[in-house]
Amino acid sequence: MPLLTQQIQDEDDQYSLVASLDNVRNLSTILKAIHFREHATCFATKNGIKVTVENAKCVQANAFIQAGIFQEFKVQEESVTFRINLTVLLDCLSIFGSSPMPGTLTALRMCYQGYGYPLMLFLEEGGVVTVCKINTQEPEETLDFDFCSTNVINKIILQSEGLREAFSELDMTSEVLQITMSPDKPYFRLSTFGNAGSSHLDYPKDSDLMEAFHCNQTQVNRYKISLLKPSTKALVLSCKGLTFSSRLECSGTISAHCSLDLLGSSNLPSSASQSARITGNEPPHLAPYHFLNNLCLSLVYLL
Amino acid sequence: MKFRAKIVDGACLNHFTRISNMIAKLAKTCTLRISPDKLNFILCDKLANGGVSMWCELEQENFFNEFQMEGVSAENNEIYLELTSENLSRALKTAQNARALKIKLTNKHFPCLTVSVELLSMSSSSRIVTHDIPIKVIPRKLWKDLQEPVVPDPDVSIYLPVLKTMKSVVEKMKNISNHLVIEANLDGELNLKIETELVCVTTHFKDLGNPPLASESTHEDRNVEHMAEVHIDIRKLLQFLAGQQVNPTKALCNIVNNKMVHFDLLHEDVSLQYFIPALS
Repeated sequence: MPLLTQQIQDEDDQYSLVASLDNVRNLSTILKAIHFREHATCFATKNGIKVTVENAKCVQANAFIQAGIFQEFKVQEESVTFRINLTVLLDCLSIFGSSPMPGTLTALRMCYQGYGYPLMLFLEEGGVVTVCKINTQEPEETLDFDFCSTNVINKIILQSEGLREAFSELDMTSEVLQITMSPDKPYFRLSTFGNAGSSHLDYPKDSDLMEAFHCNQTQVNRYKISLLKPSTKALVLSCKGLTFSSRLECSGTISAHCSLDLLGSSNLPSSASQSARITGNEPPHLAPYHFLNNLCLSLVYLL
Repeated sequence: MKFRAKIVDGACLNHFTRISNMIAKLAKTCTLRISPDKLNFILCDKLANGGVSMWCELEQENFFNEFQMEGVSAENNEIYLELTSENLSRALKTAQNARALKIKLTNKHFPCLTVSVELLSMSSSSRIVTHDIPIKVIPRKLWKDLQEPVVPDPDVSIYLPVLKTMKSVVEKMKNISNHLVIEANLDGELNLKIETELVCVTTHFKDLGNPPLASESTHEDRNVEHMAEVHIDIRKLLQFLAGQQVNPTKALCNIVNNKMVHFDLLHEDVSLQYFIPALS
């Protein structure tokens, strides 16, 4: 599809958001990871797009896709917000099939005219073009966390393969998942207390899976496992490395960051990151990481 | 009534197996018509099938090196059998590297199509695996409903794109809607459209090519870009596309505006015609 004619430039002026991607899978992979609810809120600024999915005001997942990921990215207004059916959006993004045919890339062009207009998707693969018009809805208020990068007490980086199995085998009869981070043994422990008994999974600080270990204070926090399960499965599946870090005032806020491999793009750094913020017993006052990476996912869990 | 046939050629056996697998995907129950030169797999447009009909034809001499049949009578030298398609394809699964395949009509407590496969084994002795597929003989008076369907004059005739792409797209569209509009014009363009309250999705296939028109005169003044369209049940289209495991040698799509879509495929030497009616 010719994208650089003057006519297109003029047409583009009517859109408050225009974004193009050579490989749509970079977007669909990250959105699949937060797809545990039907609807999502999209929030676009000239820095990038943030897609938020919330569950009953208790769990929040955010996918941050920086402008640099896109081959073309234009936002005409200060910010563009809309609510959209994420299931339908994902069906459209993967219209040419969920599993890629070797050697083929599906290109995406996304256009949004503004409040009240549908989101237009133009997908192209091998000369075949699919046009999708998805109706948007009134954006909902989402929880806003004020994050800053200081006040980190503990930070652990693990290879996610090690956690993948652990998360998929969590004892669901346990109401909570307890995460322990400590400068002394057991260093990093995942515990459940289910019908059959309690189970503890320890990751010693000299384990092969441990990429970095910086713990200053012992912190033990419990999280509702039912809220955690759906999102962590997706989180771990799409990650290459997971970083757990907890902060001072948070009383149990843990950020889990993952690296996602970007597909089919030559001029971008090859990782994206996901971060999960899990809050403990008291309401958090949290600090986010500043990532040099372009794709960032964050999950926030509240008790 | 008599029927005995044998396949010894490996390539013919594989091709016959592929055809049987395709039929099993397209129709749960179908009619097998045996005549001196041909074999047909037929699905007639009863309400039970949702109005879909299928006509698959293969020349027996392209497959069998032995073929003997005797119909119900001398004037009506044909046999019509009703069978569950999956039974045949399952039986043929064992014939993958067989030395020979024999099919014959038998009566073992009930009428059967007996498929016996001669397999090679490690030692020089061979094994024979026999499958008895229950069948129902269709009486002469019902034959008139099972004749080759008349293809109405299409409004648009167009070559189909790569079926795999079509299938991927229709599979995803099925998640969104039950109905689909298939439209095409004489300029080589074919579109698949779905529309719900939430979303509209249109997939555009271009530069497909149209076969030369049969009746030039009636279409002379027609606008080449004018689209002929049909509203169909998306699951029927998906079932048809899912049955095409291999890309056909030739694939044609005929659309009769608002009436039906007719797919005319050729898999090497086997022809398949599939009719999907418009939703009322």
